[in-house]
Amino acid sequence: MECQQCHERPATVHLTQVVNGQKTEVHVCEQCAKEKGYMNYGEENFTLNDLLSGLFHSEGSSPFTGQTMKPYQQATKLKCPTCGLAYQEFARIGKFGCGDCYQTFDDRINPILRRVHSGNTRHDGKIPKREGGNLHLRKEIDEYKVKLKTLIEQEEFEEAAKCRDKIRSLENQLHQGEDGEN
Amino acid sequence: MSLQQFMNEAISPWMKQDGPDSDIVLSSRIRLARNFSHYPFPMIAAEESLEEILNFFKEKFEHQSFRDYNDFEIVKMRELQPVEKRVLVEKHLVSPHLAEKSEHSATLISQNEQVSIMINEEDHIRIQIYFPGFQLDRALAQASQLDDWLEEKIDYAFDEKRGYLTACPTNVGTGMRASVMMHLPALSMTHQINRMTPAINQLGLVVRGIYGEGSESVGNIFQISNQITLGKSEEDIVEDLHSVVKQLIDQERRAREALMNRSGIQLEDRIFRSYGVLMNSRIIESKEAAKCLSDLRLGIDLNLIDHIPQSILNELMILTQPGFLQQYAKATLTPEERDIRRASLIRERLQLEHEE
Ligand SMILES: [Zn+2]
Ligand SMILES: [Zn+2]
Repeated sequence: MECQQCHERPATVHLTQVVNGQKTEVHVCEQCAKEKGYMNYGEENFTLNDLLSGLFHSEGSSPFTGQTMKPYQQATKLKCPTCGLAYQEFARIGKFGCGDCYQTFDDRINPILRRVHSGNTRHDGKIPKREGGNLHLRKEIDEYKVKLKTLIEQEEFEEAAKCRDKIRSLENQLHQGEDGEN
Repeated sequence: MSLQQFMNEAISPWMKQDGPDSDIVLSSRIRLARNFSHYPFPMIAAEESLEEILNFFKEKFEHQSFRDYNDFEIVKMRELQPVEKRVLVEKHLVSPHLAEKSEHSATLISQNEQVSIMINEEDHIRIQIYFPGFQLDRALAQASQLDDWLEEKIDYAFDEKRGYLTACPTNVGTGMRASVMMHLPALSMTHQINRMTPAINQLGLVVRGIYGEGSESVGNIFQISNQITLGKSEEDIVEDLHSVVKQLIDQERRAREALMNRSGIQLEDRIFRSYGVLMNSRIIESKEAAKCLSDLRLGIDLNLIDHIPQSILNELMILTQPGFLQQYAKATLTPEERDIRRASLIRERLQLEHEE
């Protein structure tokens, strides 16, 4: 078997990785394994770097071909205006330079997030108290909407009516808040 | 300094307390990663920017108290000796990463050492809270309140779509890593833990052996934690982890019972041999010490040994690490000297139980 990376030397390092239940097999030569960091153990980053390098190449055709591909070349020009981190650099180290990098590289990071977080790309947890502002209200409204649906399914119409009123009043509150901001 | 005194200072107060299911779960931890908005992340930040954040914490949070967490002390890594840093790492109060990049990093530690807020780690802020035994819900609630307390004074880097923004995409979203440290001697003796790991991975959780390479665990101590931080709420993540840990506890108890029924005398022999090694050895490597301590602890949990407290495993796993050994010896020790020190410290510690 030849090395998946350089396609020159025979593959002598064989690894199986399980990340979030997804199995990937890697067959590379010792030299490439060292370069790619496969010889290090136990680091969380190792998994990520591996994911990243796999991803960037797989955007074109097959993974590990090592050929430069169009989307990748476009990406290299991308740079965060706030911290100056280039996308290429992010791809190499797997770390962002500042919060604004998330905006800058927005479309490109979805596949990475999906791989790392079992298909998820959107936050569904805590919202900061002070900064969150209307997000809290919107989240509350969403929760009531789910509740409303269940109540209707269970034919609890009296409760459902109360729930709908609650949603209306929260929505009013939200619109007032948004007008006030302008 | 006497060993008793040294131990009193070395072992964090919360570690001496008992928690729910503490025959199997040693501790529960919640870690939240947070960053300042409008500041570059520590990896690429200029020195001035890092110092600004450090000074901010010193000004706003030094000697402050929040709930049970009194008198936060700021500890700057650059002001510590290498051995002192090592001790903080061995106590899990700071990460190895924080201790390494020590020029502009620090930690805020509560008096009871239950809370440590690392500053300028990979992220600007890493809030860590520990509870003895199996208390994930409580840890999450308290961590979240500490987070709110910090947020009163800090503008966090937060985005509606991606959540709390972190330097590494593996932490984005909740920024939360919930983990539970478990002693699983019966599941690992019977190799069941290896068979269970893939199923646990499927749920977005990771099993790691502690004090060992990869999934090999030297003292049969395993850390179970969440891998996914995005797209699920903190409560849901903790609930998933909780239910897996609960199952592991049940399985471990069942495996212990089965071992006792099937090969009680062999198990008893193994435990008392290990006890003998700990009581009598003059040279002991950390790997052997961890194995024997795990056996001793199992013997205590199975009521085969009744005059030694459960906390001995926790205690000695920490005290017999290189940093602590050198601090106790007040000298730099070669690995060979450490093995001798380790053996004598363990003998001394067990002797304390005989005197009582
Ligand atoms: Zn190669
Ligand atoms: Zn940036």
